[in-house]
Amino acid sequence: MKKFLNNFKGPNLKNTLVDNAMYLILLSILVSVSIAQPLFLSANNLTNILMNSSIRILIALGVSGALITRGTDLSAGRIVGVGAVIGGTLLQRPDYAAKFFPGLADMPVLGILLLAVTITALIGLVNGLVISYLHVPPFIATLGMQSILYGLALIYTKSQPIGGLKDDYTYLASGRIANIPILIIIAIAMIVVMWFLLNMTKFGKYIYAIGGNESAAEVAGVNIKWTKIRVYILAGLFYGLAGFLLAAKSGGATANYGIGYELEAIAACTIGGVSTAGGVGKIQGIVSGVLVFEMLKTSLQFLRVPSDLQYVAIGTVIVIAVAIDIRKYLAKK
Amino acid sequence: MQHLDIILAMNHVSKSFPGVKALDDVSFHVRRGTVHALMGENGAGKSTLMKCLFGIYSLDEGEILFDGKQVHFHNPEDALKAGISMIHQELQPIPYRNIAENLWVGRYPTKKILGLFSIVDHKQMKKSSEDLLKRVGLNLNPNTLLKELSVSQIQSIEIAKAISYNAKVIIMDEPTSSLTQAEVNQLFEIITTLKNLGVSIIYISHKMEEILKISDEVTIMRDGKYIGTWLSKELTMEKIIKSMVGRELTNLYPPKTNVPGEVSFEVKDLSSTNPKSFKNISFSAHRGEIFGIGGLVGAQRTELVEGIFGLRSIKSGEIYLHNKKIDIKQPHSAVKQGLALVTEDRRGNGIFGVLSVRDNVAVASLDEFVQFHFMLNNAKLNQLAETNIKKLSIKTPSTKTKIQTLSGGNQQKVIISRWLAVNPDIFILDEPTRGIDVGAKYEIYSIMLDLANQGKTIIMISSEMSELLGISDRIMVMCEGRLSGILDRSDANQEKIMALATAYM
Repeated sequence: MKKFLNNFKGPNLKNTLVDNAMYLILLSILVSVSIAQPLFLSANNLTNILMNSSIRILIALGVSGALITRGTDLSAGRIVGVGAVIGGTLLQRPDYAAKFFPGLADMPVLGILLLAVTITALIGLVNGLVISYLHVPPFIATLGMQSILYGLALIYTKSQPIGGLKDDYTYLASGRIANIPILIIIAIAMIVVMWFLLNMTKFGKYIYAIGGNESAAEVAGVNIKWTKIRVYILAGLFYGLAGFLLAAKSGGATANYGIGYELEAIAACTIGGVSTAGGVGKIQGIVSGVLVFEMLKTSLQFLRVPSDLQYVAIGTVIVIAVAIDIRKYLAKK
Repeated sequence: MQHLDIILAMNHVSKSFPGVKALDDVSFHVRRGTVHALMGENGAGKSTLMKCLFGIYSLDEGEILFDGKQVHFHNPEDALKAGISMIHQELQPIPYRNIAENLWVGRYPTKKILGLFSIVDHKQMKKSSEDLLKRVGLNLNPNTLLKELSVSQIQSIEIAKAISYNAKVIIMDEPTSSLTQAEVNQLFEIITTLKNLGVSIIYISHKMEEILKISDEVTIMRDGKYIGTWLSKELTMEKIIKSMVGRELTNLYPPKTNVPGEVSFEVKDLSSTNPKSFKNISFSAHRGEIFGIGGLVGAQRTELVEGIFGLRSIKSGEIYLHNKKIDIKQPHSAVKQGLALVTEDRRGNGIFGVLSVRDNVAVASLDEFVQFHFMLNNAKLNQLAETNIKKLSIKTPSTKTKIQTLSGGNQQKVIISRWLAVNPDIFILDEPTRGIDVGAKYEIYSIMLDLANQGKTIIMISSEMSELLGISDRIMVMCEGRLSGILDRSDANQEKIMALATAYM
């Protein structure tokens, strides 16, 4: 017993480094790029990174529930697209010449937001039902949904780009409250909500239980099907909000919005220590995973790495970061 | 006994694990071209002995001679190459690959093309597979997928594989546990053919009739000790049972203080949808009673309690709780109605390895800790874990420790605390002390008695005879999915249980 306890004692430098690998990577990117390019540390640039991360964080929060329950969600990016085109088509300026619905009255931003997230939550519900009741593996179920939604979004928008968004809609992305960008405030609020759900509710405990050992969760009386369905509904809500804000931020929308975002979100979660073996993942990890990812992208731009080469660099960093981070789970087995 | 005749000799083998002497000076000699049965209760040390042979465990003392030479295998593959092969009770086929690939996987015959590239020689593989199939009496096309085959056919494929390695000794672990009588006869024909070819078979089984029929010699083990070796023709069933169970009960068990009351739980004519599983099971258990369920491996006891708990589907039958009929389709409804199940496979469906001790304790009773309709009271959850750690003296560095780092006995106590927090009326414990050291076993028995004294009903599956006799008020015995008898504590003994456990074999 004594020997057993001793294994847990004593700060061991190597373990400390491995345990905090993600934060060290975050820090070293920050330091090295700011030495090379002092402007990187300007308030403007840092705010910019946080603004970009805000929307990505919402998507990562959504997909994290699926990942912790040993699922995945490849339809995330396309659901973001749906949220974007709903917001874009219904919240154009009344006097905009190329209105998508020419006769449409001036719609309230909040009302359309609710409509958008209701629709995306319903899409999540369908994902959850297919996974829980038809027993289609999440990878395939959401891959199918990805394609279906892309098609539907193209049909809905007639493959046309949407522009001329209302000012009070775009204000969501450009405005500030107490000098803090609204986008960042929303992201922080959603981080708190997800933290609360994962750590302070039955639902959250069940998510970890299912990911940790689905058979044991079943024996313990966890309603597996209903919990998984709620995971995908919640994810739909997050993606919908993300898409709605993405359109506001870029002042328009097309059916292509959010393409590939699911992979970046899954990569960010994995970088942040969400285990693909299930049952493991913390909010702070997910958030830092997204920040590392966004910071890396901005750093590469700052260092004037040619954009084609940036893909190579990002892919390499994902693999290296996860290879380092996974050591803390391997070592403790 | 001619010395030259002996193909495999294990001499004075001992092996200890922390707290247990698993093998104590065991000697085991197998003669060439014979069938040698190895018998003993669960936990007698049969599988430990085989694991020592295959190098999965190292010997503390003793030596192994194979074909006259001292050997020291490092893993089953080593042994296989030397000519010792094992056919496991749980067969491990690759279902969506064909017979030929299953036979030759890992050592595919190859040929060179263009004098450069090595490719799999499918023609050669098919031909040698056909030869092998003929030798085990299977008339099958080597291109048949394994998933198309019956259990007995898959077993024959495993035997064919052993032959292909030129095995001189083949170990069969409970080979007939899922075979029909006709298939058993077929297997015996194959065994006889192998014998005539000079192959020795080590036959591990509980089924005495079979053993008396097929084996030449029988070695019996008990509590890690070698009891003796006899010629089969000199043995009777009674003599085997006596040698297997002839052990005195010492006070490994807390004194029985519980007094059973009225009927609390009743099962009427319950049958599984799987025709090979349990059928027509009826029993009733009482308040304050420890109701034991005994039987051999394959008696379908786990399947029965999993059926009751909603983990497996039921074809017909009724379940009554406090004289009210209940309908259980899913485990979560079983839990809601007041049932709890501690499963046999602790790692498989008991613990959440990566989660903390606290979360492992709390997962089934979270409803009790919700405040304002949605928010968990984490302080109370911590308290729950701390209380249970103290009450059941669970040894863990903290409530935040991942449960996978705890010992088996402590993990089991965590799972029991999980159910204590739900406060169910019916506790179903499936092999609650499997893989747990003696001290922790005693503690678990005490918890069971406490619960019984509080008026709970305990249903306990156990494969350990002495445990069944030491702790139960009544013992239901199952054989091949059927109920073969219910014994009162006062009336039960090991011989009677063993006789009932083999009643339909």
